[in-house]
Amino acid sequence: MSQDTATAAAVNIDQDAGDFSFPEDYAYDAGTGLSEKTVEYISGVKNEEKWILDFRKKALKIFEGKPLPTHWASKDLENIIFNDIRYYLAKGQQPSRSWDDVPDDVKETFERLGIPEKERKFLAGVEAQFDSEAAYSNVKVELEKEGVIFVNSTEGLREHPEIFRKWFGKVIPTGDNKYSALNSAVFSGGSFIYVPPGVKVKHPLQAYFRINAENFGQFERTLIIVDEGAEVTYMEGCTAPKFETATLHSAVVELVAMPHAKIQYITVQNWSANVFNLVTKRALAFENAEVRWIDCNIGSRLTMKYPGVVMKGRKARGEVISIALANDGQHQDTGAKMVHAADETTSNVISKSISVGTGRSTYRGMVHIPKHLKGCRNNTECDALLINSNSRTDTYPAITVKGNQHVTQHEASVSQVSEEQIFYMKQRGLNEAEAMSLSVNGFVNDLVREFPMEYSVELKRLIDLEMENSVG
Amino acid sequence: MSQVLSISNLKANVAGQEILKGLNLEVPQGEVHAIMGPNGSGKSTLAKVMAGHEDYEVTAGGITMNGEDLLAMEIDERSRAGFFLAFQYPLEIPGVSIANFIRAARQARLQKGDELDAVAFYKEMYGKMDELKIDRSFTGRAVNEGFSGGEKKRLEILQMMMLEPKYAVLDETDSGLDIDALKIVADGVNAMRSPERGFLVITHYQRLLDYIVPDVVHVLYKGEIIKTGGKELALELEDKGYDWVIQEFADQEVAVGV
Repeated sequence: MSQDTATAAAVNIDQDAGDFSFPEDYAYDAGTGLSEKTVEYISGVKNEEKWILDFRKKALKIFEGKPLPTHWASKDLENIIFNDIRYYLAKGQQPSRSWDDVPDDVKETFERLGIPEKERKFLAGVEAQFDSEAAYSNVKVELEKEGVIFVNSTEGLREHPEIFRKWFGKVIPTGDNKYSALNSAVFSGGSFIYVPPGVKVKHPLQAYFRINAENFGQFERTLIIVDEGAEVTYMEGCTAPKFETATLHSAVVELVAMPHAKIQYITVQNWSANVFNLVTKRALAFENAEVRWIDCNIGSRLTMKYPGVVMKGRKARGEVISIALANDGQHQDTGAKMVHAADETTSNVISKSISVGTGRSTYRGMVHIPKHLKGCRNNTECDALLINSNSRTDTYPAITVKGNQHVTQHEASVSQVSEEQIFYMKQRGLNEAEAMSLSVNGFVNDLVREFPMEYSVELKRLIDLEMENSVG
Repeated sequence: MSQVLSISNLKANVAGQEILKGLNLEVPQGEVHAIMGPNGSGKSTLAKVMAGHEDYEVTAGGITMNGEDLLAMEIDERSRAGFFLAFQYPLEIPGVSIANFIRAARQARLQKGDELDAVAFYKEMYGKMDELKIDRSFTGRAVNEGFSGGEKKRLEILQMMMLEPKYAVLDETDSGLDIDALKIVADGVNAMRSPERGFLVITHYQRLLDYIVPDVVHVLYKGEIIKTGGKELALELEDKGYDWVIQEFADQEVAVGV
């Protein structure tokens, strides 16, 4: 691939750019359906210790015992047929440290998505997962020398149990919900990161998740531990081809911010419209630590994701900044959970959603401040923009504040792009799609400014493309 | 090809009611025409119909711009072809900065694949903002959001200057302006007068025409042009009101047996 094409690909991550796949050629395949045998197969392939296999088996039981959460969530969840899904597909076990050693079709996939180019330009480390396993994983030598660990989940549990086992499954217990239990049973891939005390990782670490196979489930598991006074920014991106059949992506992401640590976790989710994206994300923040989730959901058929921060130490801070774009036929069910568990903890939730055509966006927010604490603050703002008259948005805030020594603030708004605004913009020479796109970008503008530059450019492009497609 | 904005026998409805009833008007390039008329005569309807607003239905007649059929074009195509409307009530576009808005409009005029030269664009825009006494910090503010009436109108003129239309319609641009703002807006329009550009200034008051001196003044009444004259007609209207023109028109109609 020429330099020029690679550069073009680096800024051209759109849904169509992700819409390609290669013929399947896997060395490891757990087959279709889910049973104890599937779990044993995955664990066996990874040559795991017994405690991990036991953890998986217990999780499978919990998964099987839990009903679908359809009493509050979308009935569309019933359309996931767990027995039709393939739970583990891999070409091999060991991720390469050089792109030259990555199998050609996988390498081409990531090149078309612009990952190696981005790595050269501005990343401190990259992990690229293809279906169940990472095909490539590399972190800059300087960081490695400082003791930064950036590996996949299998390697993390095998090589560094003293660091990771302590927190594995502790931020998000297996039984948190049906899908976290499923992930705990069949997890594979994802990033395990450790940043030692005081180390401030200047450039972002990036993970890229790619689904290539049809009827497949991707269940990555991520655990990031940032030690005292250390800092890291982690970004994840994801795409899949547009298959006819449903694909399941169900991740569990646990973050631990030790005292005075800072974690920024950025997601640009651009799954194709056949993907069920059911993800559990939560962080623990100790004294004076700061965790910030920046969460953009553009793709998928149904996304259910409510990143959370449990503020366990005094003066800990939690933040969720989220942008969701629900186009025709899509449902973005997103939000935030803020659990205040120490004095003087602060949380901030800013959510903006855009519904286009028959798209539906839902905000669910949970803020919990118990009675015995003092000096806690929460600010929640959720704004929805409706593009068409048949677009839909719902807001379900649940704020529990006990005691009278706290400050909470909740603002919500729903606005619509009016015919007159569109007329005004068209009179200046913009076509319908350009006018819509400008309005939508304007609506999310103040949030996008919070993003690293490379990602704000990408997000703007994604919005432009979505609007172009929706106008037809 | 005739270099003229030409409206012939234009009839248009809003919500089934006929507002324009066979309107004829020609604005040649290089001239400034004013349209005056009492409330409800159809002045703003004319502006919206020319721009292509979907609430207005053209039932007869046509509009051509330098020979091109304006009515056959989409709203945005009319704009790119060189038609500009300065709105009476400019819209707010939340979150979209003035710079980005005008830039997008300029970008829309380029060939696909061509990129606007950002440095040259800002230089040009700052120069024009200085002329209109718009503070440069405004480029970062959202379009019309929280603007005063005068600021909104000055922004309309800035957009007009940046888009360099062949024909510009100013719909009651003077409404809500104090005298200083009025002068600034008029100076902006006057600076744009050129042999290659025509203006149609819609106004209720003669005041604006002290500063933008028209070549021709038309009186619009009940959806028709009932009188056309020189710039002195505006003064006469200011002085004597509309009744005498309306009376004169009624007498004519009687005389020709309408």
